Amino acid sequence: MTFTLPNGHSIEALKNVSLSLKKGEILSILGPSGCGKTTLLNILAGFLSPTHGQVSMNGHPVVGPAPERGMVFQQGALFEWMNIRDNIGFGPAMKGEPKEKTKKEVDTLLETVGLHGFGEKAVYELSGGMQQRVALARCLANHPDIILMDEPLGALDALTREKMQGLILKIWQETGKTIILITHSVEEALLLGERLLVMAPRPGRIHKEYALPFAKLGTEKDLREIKKHPDFSAKRDEILTMIWEMEEEIMGKKA
Amino acid sequence: MLVLLIYILIFVSTYLGYKAISHLFHAKTDFSARKTVTFGDESSVTSNKAASVISIISLFFLWGIFTGSVITPVHMPGPFVGETTFSYTAINADGKTSDASVYVRVGFLGEDFEKPDIPERLEAGFAKDDALKTKAWRSGLIRVQRNDEGGKQAGYKVIAVNGQTIEPSQSVAVADGTVSMTKKGSLSFTPYKGLQMEPIWLPPPEAVVQRLIEIAVDGYQNVTLAENIGWSLFRVLMGFLLGSLIGIPLGYAMGLNNWFRGWFDPIVEFMRPIPPLALIPLVIIWFGIWEQGKISLLFLAALWIMTISARAGVSGVSISKVHAAYSLGASKLQILIHVIIPNSLPEIFTGARVAMGVCWGTVVAAELVAAEKGAGKMIIAASKFQQTDIVIMGIILIGIIGFSIDMLMRKAEKILIPWKGKG
Repeated sequence: MTFTLPNGHSIEALKNVSLSLKKGEILSILGPSGCGKTTLLNILAGFLSPTHGQVSMNGHPVVGPAPERGMVFQQGALFEWMNIRDNIGFGPAMKGEPKEKTKKEVDTLLETVGLHGFGEKAVYELSGGMQQRVALARCLANHPDIILMDEPLGALDALTREKMQGLILKIWQETGKTIILITHSVEEALLLGERLLVMAPRPGRIHKEYALPFAKLGTEKDLREIKKHPDFSAKRDEILTMIWEMEEEIMGKKA
Repeated sequence: MLVLLIYILIFVSTYLGYKAISHLFHAKTDFSARKTVTFGDESSVTSNKAASVISIISLFFLWGIFTGSVITPVHMPGPFVGETTFSYTAINADGKTSDASVYVRVGFLGEDFEKPDIPERLEAGFAKDDALKTKAWRSGLIRVQRNDEGGKQAGYKVIAVNGQTIEPSQSVAVADGTVSMTKKGSLSFTPYKGLQMEPIWLPPPEAVVQRLIEIAVDGYQNVTLAENIGWSLFRVLMGFLLGSLIGIPLGYAMGLNNWFRGWFDPIVEFMRPIPPLALIPLVIIWFGIWEQGKISLLFLAALWIMTISARAGVSGVSISKVHAAYSLGASKLQILIHVIIPNSLPEIFTGARVAMGVCWGTVVAAELVAAEKGAGKMIIAASKFQQTDIVIMGIILIGIIGFSIDMLMRKAEKILIPWKGKG
């Protein structure tokens, strides 16, 4: 993926990124800023078309956004002019599904994300964490095959974040959806990644891939227990060192 | 100058007075009450309700005391009205002097009154008493030599008023006014004017209210007040609606399509800074002075504002909302209807408020230039007859209506787009 800048220069945002995902996998992507995580996700979602290569899903190439790939954004992607119920039911409503059916489904989803009784509230009446639950529910209502999350918990405070991590794992386990999640937090990447990709910048590429047991464990145990796991802290230190080295390399290049 | 001084005095004294007594009847209990730093903290500065009320009262107070209104118990000294007298000394061709009095009666403009009677005098010299009637804020010319014996002879002249010597172009202060001598030697009496404003400059508030009632009931120049204001409002609404009808879709097109934006950008950017008032002459040439002309003018006034606000509304849609809607399976039309239009409503409402304000200002100005009916027409017609009370009444009504329009728009905004500013 190469972007041409207005001044004629071009930036290689991604180079030789190749990966395949099985149904039901949860993949987290981690990397220093500027490594092309968001570009990669935008290509997967179909918002950008790559200069070389292709994305295919369910046996057909991806050419644009489609309901089979749901998105959860960092924040502010809810529709303020609709109440919570209409936000969640947006996808089915666009497809023209019967209102009764959608209503039942929205009720179930509100239950799933722990927002029972909030359906008639306005978006601005909910806290940031609650809004992200709505975004998640809105995505689920559309029955996507894969959920793409772009730093979904990035704007939340630490406590809310921990709760939401549990919720994502719970949804992954209950629905069996394929999930790709971009994050800045090493802990989050470890907890929410059956597979974890560490990306490197300039040009953006896959630096290392891990297969991790913590996401599976997280569906059974308390997340805080897992963080105490000796492997967890060892992996965390390893990855942090790796990213620090990349950052330092960038700084060094600049100087 | 005096007005400004009194105004400042009221401002300072009520402020000090309020400060002195405010702690007696209510202690501040709100959030900012515990703040120690308030100077420079904008959030702790709130509009003082008492100050607003006193401000309005003091404006009416000033208006009242300088116009002798019934709404204020005290007034500035008014003009002299009533009877007064002064004496003059004349010298005749023989070098003899003689004294006589001038009896003056001063009345208000529009009142009907007679000259005062001259009391009979036993020992009269060659100078004879005179009578004069004049009006407050005016002056009266009296040729005292006309009835004096030998007044037409070459050596005759008036040499003193009230014992004080006077020469042509000089004046002498007498009781209740001044006497001045013209270049030709005649006397002119100017009664004391006081500090109040003359009604043709500034009528008292009650005169304005009385006019309001009179015009609301009987109309002015065969057009009722409701008709005048109704026509102005109708023009504003028509112009605004037509402007929105074209402007909003145009703004959306400019926000969504390269060709549209490129095509209309130069036009919009050029037309936007032209004040609508500058278009009045051209509009009159093209469309004439009737309704078509005025509505075209208001249409142009509203059009660019609405176009720009709709375009800004489209630009304001965050890309993640559009992306989210696409990945939820919405079509382009659905995105326009369910995402872009509702998301641009706050901007459009802001634009509509501005447009309504501009249209209201423009319609009044256009009616001042040429109209048969309308609020602006009413005040320009009244000003030609120096009916200041109607002019002031009209200005106040125009202000109140403009303010009400804005308040109504704000109310509508709160009801229709409750999410504004909370995203």
